[in-house]
Amino acid sequence: MTTPTATTDAEALIESLDRKSALHKFHHVLHKYPWISPGLVLLVAIIIFGLLNERFWAISNLSLITQQVSIVATLAIAQTLVILTAGIDLSVGAIAVFASMVMAKTAAEQGVPGPIALLLGLMVGTAAGALNGFLITRLRLPPFIVTLGTLSIFTAITLIYATGKTINGKYLPDFMLILGTKIQIGSFKITYGVVVMLLLYAIFAYVLRNTAWGKHVYAVGDDPAAASLAGIQVNRVLFSVYLVGGLVLAIAGWIAIGRVGAASPSIIPDANLESITAVVIGGTSLFGGRGTMIGTLIGAILVGVVSNGLVLAGLDQAYKVLAIGILVIVAVALDQWIRKVRA
Amino acid sequence: MTLQPVLQAKGLVKTFGRVVGLNSADLELYPGEVLAVIGDNGAGKSTLIKCLSGAEIPDSGEMFVEGELVSFKRSLDARAYGIETVYQTLAVAPALDIASNLFLGREVRSKGIAGKVFRKLDHNGMRTLAKEQMTKLGIGTLQDMSQAVETLSGGQRQAVSVARAEAFGSKVIILDEPTAALGVRESNQVLKMIELMRDRGLPVILISHNMPQVFSVADRIHVQRLGSRAAVVTPNSHTMNDAVAIMTGALKVDENDQALSPAQAIADAL
Ligand SMILES: Nc1ncnc2c1ncn2[C@@H]1O[C@H](COP(=O)(O)OP(=O)(O)OP(=O)(O)O)[C@@H](O)[C@H]1O
Ligand SMILES: [Mg+2]
Repeated sequence: MTTPTATTDAEALIESLDRKSALHKFHHVLHKYPWISPGLVLLVAIIIFGLLNERFWAISNLSLITQQVSIVATLAIAQTLVILTAGIDLSVGAIAVFASMVMAKTAAEQGVPGPIALLLGLMVGTAAGALNGFLITRLRLPPFIVTLGTLSIFTAITLIYATGKTINGKYLPDFMLILGTKIQIGSFKITYGVVVMLLLYAIFAYVLRNTAWGKHVYAVGDDPAAASLAGIQVNRVLFSVYLVGGLVLAIAGWIAIGRVGAASPSIIPDANLESITAVVIGGTSLFGGRGTMIGTLIGAILVGVVSNGLVLAGLDQAYKVLAIGILVIVAVALDQWIRKVRA
Repeated sequence: MTLQPVLQAKGLVKTFGRVVGLNSADLELYPGEVLAVIGDNGAGKSTLIKCLSGAEIPDSGEMFVEGELVSFKRSLDARAYGIETVYQTLAVAPALDIASNLFLGREVRSKGIAGKVFRKLDHNGMRTLAKEQMTKLGIGTLQDMSQAVETLSGGQRQAVSVARAEAFGSKVIILDEPTAALGVRESNQVLKMIELMRDRGLPVILISHNMPQVFSVADRIHVQRLGSRAAVVTPNSHTMNDAVAIMTGALKVDENDQALSPAQAIADAL
């Protein structure tokens, strides 16, 4: 009898086609919303860590996590913009620290009023970003090399300028420390720094989605030659990305002063890698042209959740590093798969 | 009185290191005509139209738009003169959707405060316009204008590029092998569209390797060979075999027998 075999063959075929189309649909959804996968991982992580240690779910602990991630999450905004253009910025931490030291030192030692000191810091951050942009667009040097160089340069200038010293919060005007102030929302305690960070995410998510500049950032990262033929001034867009990034980084510096309650040249040592980690885990492609701000925010929070959760679970710091390493590789592998589209 | 070309190139030279792309190339495009540009691979067809559309800057030579001397530094400059181009490489941003690609660099903002102050793009408006434009081209199969271009087939991508040029070209449309990846039906749509543009008085430069296509739609045929113009003929004055012979250098055409202006093309047709 051949008929039964034929039917089962056909059934198997249909089943495999169904499975294929389900996978296809899943692929399609991830392609359109690349932040869904880190979102799911975040959800799972929050559940698991809560089951491992009840204290993880305590409101006070969750509040703490948001405060802990506020600096890196803000740096990651600038990093996202740069990575969307298929670049990379190794100097994010250095620029933020540089700007924060300018704010703190002018306020503490030159007696400049808080708001003016902030303005000076913001200007320095923006100028530092502009320098990166200038070197990348005018001298046509690769972003990796330029920012590797400016990482050292900005770090050195900061150390020389600050003479290696930390400026204690008690010498700073209140305004300089204001982002560390806690506000109570229900039983959730967050700082103004967290609010500023979230506000920046909202602004840049809007800008990327809803403005011509946002579209151009994607187009330039996607295919610069095509963007240029389509009439986009590629260098102008690139330069503006680094410039705006510098401003955001300076704000991150301000958040850092509030969070630590002091300004120190060595305030955020692992910031560069952590910001890149957040962006990559958040589903933004290192090849440029695709990614979202919400993804990066999820990525940054996920890193914070994993660090905090593993500590509460009583595991060694090494496990955190291990876990984040795995997350990064899974995220990049997933991105490779997502980008594989053929009509 | 002689007719003035809409777009003219005189003695364009373009080298890439030691490779000569253009070797004193001329071209004239007259109002309301379809000028086909044919030639072997590497004859300099794409390089020629890239100079005319601002994508490449010629080493020497002159270009004129309606008699005015112009020098294009980037494609934006040519666009400002109403010259729209579909490049052989298509020049689309794969990760962006169809509507965003159609309006890339020319985005439409929302009305009122949202657009003026918050610079918000009119996504819905652009999608509606994109849909209309694609339907006009007979590419009604594309339903979702928010679909990423990289999920489209080669032909559909080409259609998006052609639709973009058609939508914004106000003076000259340049098409570099616009039907290379298209099916028969879609190719015919593009040819029909070319005729439509000509009927509207919009001159078109069409680069193509497809001889029957060229002979059916072109008013004049510019034959490019080794970086310069070998001859300009018309579908009436010469056969496809003649055109191929000119391309390969087997046939030379006397200046007097060429269709260097539309008047001669009309004379040929009589
Ligand atoms: N960017 C470039 N760099 C180096 N050489 C180039 C470049 N662009 C064109 N060329 C060279 O210039 C010559 C003309 O090329 P072009 O692309 O204009 O030819 P074409 O007539 O459009 O050919 P095809 O029919 O294959 O499209 C070729 O020899 C090509 O190798
Ligand atoms: Mg070509």
